[in-house]
Amino acid sequence: MLAEKALDLIRELKRTSGGTLPPFNEDKIRQVLEEVQTLFEQNRDTAKYAAEGQHDVLAAIQLRHAGIQRNKRCLLAYLYNRLENIRRMRWEFGSVLPADVKYNMCEHEAQWFNQYNRLLANYMRSIGESGGLDLTQDMKPPKSLYVLVRCLMDHGEFETQDGTVILLKKNSQHYLMRSECEHLIRQGVLEHIVQ
Amino acid sequence: MAANFTLDSNPDSYFSLDDILASQEKVPCTFNTQVSNMGYMDQSTTDTNIVSGTKLELPFWLAKSLDRGSRSIINIDTPKNYKEVYRQIFTADPNVVDLHKLGPYFYLFGGKLISLHLPDNDDIASVLLKTFQGRFRRIMDGSQNTLNVDLTSQVSLLDEQERLLFSAGQQGLHDFQKWETRESEKLSTSTMVANHRKRKRFVLSSKSS
Repeated sequence: MLAEKALDLIRELKRTSGGTLPPFNEDKIRQVLEEVQTLFEQNRDTAKYAAEGQHDVLAAIQLRHAGIQRNKRCLLAYLYNRLENIRRMRWEFGSVLPADVKYNMCEHEAQWFNQYNRLLANYMRSIGESGGLDLTQDMKPPKSLYVLVRCLMDHGEFETQDGTVILLKKNSQHYLMRSECEHLIRQGVLEHIVQ
Repeated sequence: MAANFTLDSNPDSYFSLDDILASQEKVPCTFNTQVSNMGYMDQSTTDTNIVSGTKLELPFWLAKSLDRGSRSIINIDTPKNYKEVYRQIFTADPNVVDLHKLGPYFYLFGGKLISLHLPDNDDIASVLLKTFQGRFRRIMDGSQNTLNVDLTSQVSLLDEQERLLFSAGQQGLHDFQKWETRESEKLSTSTMVANHRKRKRFVLSSKSS
């Protein structure tokens, strides 16, 4: 059936929920592009010799054309949805992605991510007074300036704004400024303790 | 959360995964003319051409584009799940029907069928509406009131649109609960990170075993 492989790509994306990216299926994309090429060449060759009244040939051309457009749609949707996932990850994971996600991206997607990072950083630098506003912070309205946190895993040393160095060992508790540790909490390294 | 309204969340969008999958559902078609060299689409014959009068089940996107234009290549018939027999089942009791089995995109695909201008268009449209109305109450009830009960048996009968509604309802309930217990003040690990970590732990543990 026409455009089966393209549909496999779509199903693959639909199956994986947020949090990971499946590996870039370059193989399947190549197969889809080959199918498009075959259909296109068949159409081009038949169109050269088709006369006006030959309904069967014209119907075949229309059918193949529909197949080409369907393949195109599936490919574009695959690429677009992957980029959307990557964009969402920038806001969740921060500017450095985990290694296995990076491994699953193709070269162009990695470039796109870097450019998006740069764009976002430039924008954040330009708004708000004195040096810019970090939009990826304060995802929930802040209730206090300092927060009590517990460390969930060994994360090494952490330097606060006023210069004190804190060792983040598992299960140690600290009283830190909210703005500094928010991104560590979002990444799951620290845990916010509420009384 | 930045830009929740993206080009693929709208189900009518070109890039929407749901729309692509829903338009893959099959419709029964009869070919009015011969089609040269496309005989491989018909598994039951070995002709090079599709003979006029062949009946095939084509995916919706193909049927729609062949139906366009003055040249009538195919005649489209209503799919089995939207015919009179099933419509009577839906009107009798919408709540017992397993919509997930009848095509996981029952409503989306039904909406697309309307655009084909089949003879029983009005009946299909009214049955879609009535089925949804009939089932909505239970969906709302289930998602809003049962915190710890396992609802997989109910959810498994719902189609994709209804599942979205159901999870939105549950999300609303959880958010309200968190607000009541002041847990919403607590900064938390983002869900993406949590899922990612769980999957990584699972993969690592299965690799080591």
